[in-house]
Amino acid sequence: MGLFEKIFSREKKEKLDQGLEKTKSSLLGKIGKALAGKSSIDEGFLDDLEEILVTSDVGIETTLKIIERIENRVQRDKYLTESELNTMLREEIADLLPDQDDTLSRDFHLPNGTKPYVIMVVGVNGVGKTTTIGKLAHQFKAKGHKVVLGAADTFRAAAVEQLKIWGQRTGVEVVEKGMNADPASVAFEAVKAACEKEADVCIIDTAGRLHNKVNLMNELSKIKRVMQKVVPGAPHEVLLVLDASTGQNAFEQARQFTAATEVNALALTKLDGTAKGGVVIGVSEQFKTPVRYIGVGEGMEDLQVFNKYEFIDSLFSN
Amino acid sequence: MFENLSSRLERAFKSIKGQGKITELNIAETIKEIRKALVDADVNYKIAKSFTDRVKDKAMGQNVLTSVSPGQLMIKIVNDELKELLGGTTEELQIQGNPAIILIAGLQGSGKTTFSGKLARHIKGKGRNPLLVAGDVYRPAAIEQLKVLGEQVEVSVYTEEGNKNPVEIANNAIRYAKQNGNNVVIIDTAGRLSVDEEMMNEIARVKAAVKPQEILFVVDAMTGQDAVNTAQVFNERLDFNGVVLTKMDGDTRGGAALSIKSVVNKPIKFVSMGEKMDALDVFHPDRMASRILGMGDIVSLVERAQQVFDEEEADRLQKKIRGNDFDFDDFFKQLQQIKKMGNIKDLMGMIPGVGKAIKDVDINDDSFKNVESIIQSMTPFERKNPDSLNGSRKKRIATGAGRDITEVNKLVKQFEDMRKMMKSMNKMQGGMGGRMPKMPFRR
Ligand SMILES: Nc1nc2c(ncn2[C@@H]2O[C@H](COP(=O)(O)OP(=O)(O)OP(=O)(O)O)[C@@H](O)[C@H]2O)c(=O)[nH]1
Ligand SMILES: Nc1nc2c(ncn2[C@@H]2O[C@H](COP(=O)(O)OP(=O)(O)OP(=O)(O)O)[C@@H](O)[C@H]2O)c(=O)[nH]1
Ligand SMILES: [Mg+2]
Ligand SMILES: [Mg+2]
Repeated sequence: MGLFEKIFSREKKEKLDQGLEKTKSSLLGKIGKALAGKSSIDEGFLDDLEEILVTSDVGIETTLKIIERIENRVQRDKYLTESELNTMLREEIADLLPDQDDTLSRDFHLPNGTKPYVIMVVGVNGVGKTTTIGKLAHQFKAKGHKVVLGAADTFRAAAVEQLKIWGQRTGVEVVEKGMNADPASVAFEAVKAACEKEADVCIIDTAGRLHNKVNLMNELSKIKRVMQKVVPGAPHEVLLVLDASTGQNAFEQARQFTAATEVNALALTKLDGTAKGGVVIGVSEQFKTPVRYIGVGEGMEDLQVFNKYEFIDSLFSN
Repeated sequence: MFENLSSRLERAFKSIKGQGKITELNIAETIKEIRKALVDADVNYKIAKSFTDRVKDKAMGQNVLTSVSPGQLMIKIVNDELKELLGGTTEELQIQGNPAIILIAGLQGSGKTTFSGKLARHIKGKGRNPLLVAGDVYRPAAIEQLKVLGEQVEVSVYTEEGNKNPVEIANNAIRYAKQNGNNVVIIDTAGRLSVDEEMMNEIARVKAAVKPQEILFVVDAMTGQDAVNTAQVFNERLDFNGVVLTKMDGDTRGGAALSIKSVVNKPIKFVSMGEKMDALDVFHPDRMASRILGMGDIVSLVERAQQVFDEEEADRLQKKIRGNDFDFDDFFKQLQQIKKMGNIKDLMGMIPGVGKAIKDVDINDDSFKNVESIIQSMTPFERKNPDSLNGSRKKRIATGAGRDITEVNKLVKQFEDMRKMMKSMNKMQGGMGGRMPKMPFRR
């Protein structure tokens, strides 16, 4: 279904106006806007907008913020057609989402001068950390980078085995010390091995943990700290993985993981399902952390670089 | 992040005070607040709507007793309604039959495999002889994972490495169970999305082949609005018998429980509370209700607190919190009131703005004594002006109280955190309130 169609089906009624509008020159359009442009949005539109955003897990606070923004925008800029209003709405939501940070890996290319570039992957249980690492390994390798993975989830049953299978699939080396090993020492060894082997990128898997467990969060800080001993400044990227089906709890996840590990990138997984993952708008805005990747399946290829406009459009499609 | 419902209702009901009856007019604001609280707790938007409509019907025309505030009455109505909806009839797990077959289904990463292990342990504890079946042929190391868990709970695991057909594996497993005296068979399956036709067909085929006594739908308690779609589709395809809520050891409100219960009307049979194999619980509708509302055990505590809390003092305090001039004198007074009630830690949560800030502080009467003596060693000026507490003042206070300087620092820090927290709550309330009139949440 096309962009915004669900919410903007009223547009059809405006076909006539639109036809007329096309004949106007852009200058005339501007004058027309000043004279006849609307500076408010009808209630029905806002009701629909609210419902779509809230049912996409955007959350009430962020939804209110978006509504406020679009109302202010319209007051300022006025609009003639609903398609113009759509564009404004799209821009207002996009403005909430911080842009990709150039000092981090981008489009599976690595920033210059950081070798090995170290990525630590964190998140609550079952969100897709290990799978995302497998996909990343595949992408980096395809770009010609040498990749080393570190199996620092030594807790969850068969976690090391799972990462090793991803290593085999992607043809990438996995550093592991078996189950129940100290995760910080695995991370240490992995980064060290990456240095020795002159790898371009080293990705550390960590055990899923709920953010309200203080000891486990402290352990994570320790895992992070220990890497600096091998490569100053490592990990360069701390990637928090969020599951698109998660609701408002994602805020608390982001807050606690950021406090423990200075998260600087987000990945949103399982967007191939019916969940929209709208909560990342508020999360990304509040913590000024860009969404870097999205997961769209369980296969090696099912990882994409986040595109905010496509994401926004997906909120309005069904 | 979330303000709890009781303080929201307090605000919403400001306008009703002094009116004896709940009417259409005075209830609108309250209903909106309840809906917002539910949606913040991840209850589905539409379900929150229909739920509050029902609450409204129940509340309308009720007399507000002089002894309870309208806010408290509403909380009780909401709480009762939630409990009823979440609970309903509780059904025992169907494990009669030889072997009884239990099929586990759900989205990716929801906790099916972990739960399968826990369930095997639980059933074994009932004196039965379960068999775990590795029916996930897709996820890397899924079979290995179940094997490890089986070992931990000392239950045998049926696997067919290399066989990519879960229907065959399930059939073979049942044959194996019959031969080996396993009287309960638990089939773990791969995670699947409700929109994945092929995978949904696959699990429907497993069901058709083995005719399970019990199909359990496993869902992550952190799930948001989508819980409704997923539960509905799984229910349409599998007509499952019960729901398992996982990762309840987290701090999610778990509104998905209400959404799911409302759309499929199947009992929530288990709650998974951790990664370890013994972290399994039966479902308690009352706990879930207050969890969704974010109020701890407020309903019962309200009554006890009422007997002790001086209304006027509470009002004065609220004002101070609003104006952000809560000081050490106020803090000291609060401590005195709390001490009168006993069971301190439980009761802390009830004080607006305070509970959350000191939730993780280890509270016992001794630590109270120390805190008191530190505050008492401050000068009246210092108590009124917490910002004045510089290093030398703190040192003097520490000496005066006979406590270590680190303790003084800690208390001052905690106090500051608490003030910050109160301040941010105020901002949120103010901000929200200001924007409200534009909100279609008003209906
Ligand atoms: N459909 C879909 N499934 C995914 C996606 N990403 C991960 N998964 C699945 O989600 C499940 C959990 O993924 P894992 O990678 O094991 O998650 P994790 O965060 O490493 O889990 P723990 O280490 O146990 O905390 C697996 O079944 C994955 O195949 C995605 O983008 N789409
Ligand atoms: N904290 C906590 N973690 C849990 C709970 N239940 C499961 N987990 C964790 O959640 C993650 C996913 O659990 P699994 O049992 O592998 O989930 P699954 O549904 O079998 O996943 P797939 O087979 O990939 O679809 C693991 O890290 C588990 O340890 C729980 O109740 N609390
Ligand atoms: Mg993992
Ligand atoms: Mg599994």
